[in-house]
Amino acid sequence: MATSNGPVLLSFWVSPVSQRVRIALAEKGVKYEYKEEDLFNKSELLLKSNPVHKKVPVLIHNGKMICESLVIMEYIDEVWPGKVKILPSDPYQRAQARFWADFSNKVCECGHRLWQKSGEEQEAAKKDMIEKLKLIETELGDKKYFSGDVFGFIDIALVPFTSWFYTYETCANFSIEEVTPKIVAWAKRCLQRESVAKSLSEPGKVYEFVCFLKKRFGFE
Amino acid sequence: MAEGELKLLGLWYSPFVLRVRMMLEQKGLSYEYLEQDLSNKRELLLKHNPIYKKVPVLIHGDRVICESLVILEYIDENWSGTGPCVLPADPYERAVSRFWAVYIDDKLLTSIIGILKAVTEEEKAENIVDIHAALEMLEESFKKCSAGKSFFGGDYIGFLDVTLGSYLVGIRAAERISESKLLDETMVPLLVDWENRFLAADCAKKTLPSVERVEEQARMIRGTRWKVASAN
Repeated sequence: MATSNGPVLLSFWVSPVSQRVRIALAEKGVKYEYKEEDLFNKSELLLKSNPVHKKVPVLIHNGKMICESLVIMEYIDEVWPGKVKILPSDPYQRAQARFWADFSNKVCECGHRLWQKSGEEQEAAKKDMIEKLKLIETELGDKKYFSGDVFGFIDIALVPFTSWFYTYETCANFSIEEVTPKIVAWAKRCLQRESVAKSLSEPGKVYEFVCFLKKRFGFE
Repeated sequence: MAEGELKLLGLWYSPFVLRVRMMLEQKGLSYEYLEQDLSNKRELLLKHNPIYKKVPVLIHGDRVICESLVILEYIDENWSGTGPCVLPADPYERAVSRFWAVYIDDKLLTSIIGILKAVTEEEKAENIVDIHAALEMLEESFKKCSAGKSFFGGDYIGFLDVTLGSYLVGIRAAERISESKLLDETMVPLLVDWENRFLAADCAKKTLPSVERVEEQARMIRGTRWKVASAN
């Protein structure tokens, strides 16, 4: 059971959107209780905490439930201000961060289509994914992180999907490093941060999980 | 606070544009409105929103902000001392507002377009069920967010009010076209009461187009772009 004021995170080990929240909490140095959910047998707590979508992640804090990963990240930044800031303070830079974090959700949607579909639909998803990664790479440019030297909102929103790159590449037969080398280099830099290294799944395990899903749900 | 002229690239019937216009009005901020022709995208739109090539785009001096909810938050933060607050002050209430805004955009636009594009009665009925379910969720959300006051934002129109409010005219136009009841006072009485208050507010009165005009536009799009046979 959680300590009276300590947050609880309902999560699923391989869920990239749950990993966003884990990274954010780790960057802020917030101690929390991690509860692994079985998404094939959802707990009463999850169903009660997120009755609208019944999905992870959910952050439970002071008896309140916060859902949607980017919403949770903003909440974390506001409730635990401290020295580490996930979002910049300038309104325009915050707007840019929110825009690109939302764009990273589109990468997630592409990714789903990429491993779930085959044939022409998969080719279309691959083309879409490459286009989106190139736009993201242009935004990154030669910077260390998306906002410059400081690891932040956009990095946290996007980095969990990098452990799915191997899966995307294997399913659709292409190389992300060839297409967007700066993104791959950025991902390696992020992995040097403890918060990221401890939160992301190993690419091989992600691929195993996807193969399991394909078999179980009959994706070709 | 950044200085500079405000310009908004928009489309007169887009809920995403309407919500930004209502919020600018609510905050008492003047801006130049530039209506865009999306079938013939002009240089300004393509230059300022190369990623999505969509409206709204807020140009503030040399700053460009895209995506309606991002724009609303920018307005909140950049003009925090001007006019009523856009988002609540409490972090949890802010999270709740943000959650429901995402939900509204996820559910309502798809269902409204689904109803308008439906070729069979079954398709239409499915989308009507979806929109009813979403509005019932929002009825519950209104109870909690308003805490007995007039708007989602409390005493004043805020983030969630303009987000949902931007769909009202489209919903009523879709009702006329599909000959169905979507925002039904027997199902969602609090929302219908809220709708009346919202539409009476200055920011809505000065911004929202008429249901008749939106209905005409929707019928035209159905006929020409979507090629739905106009049996009704």
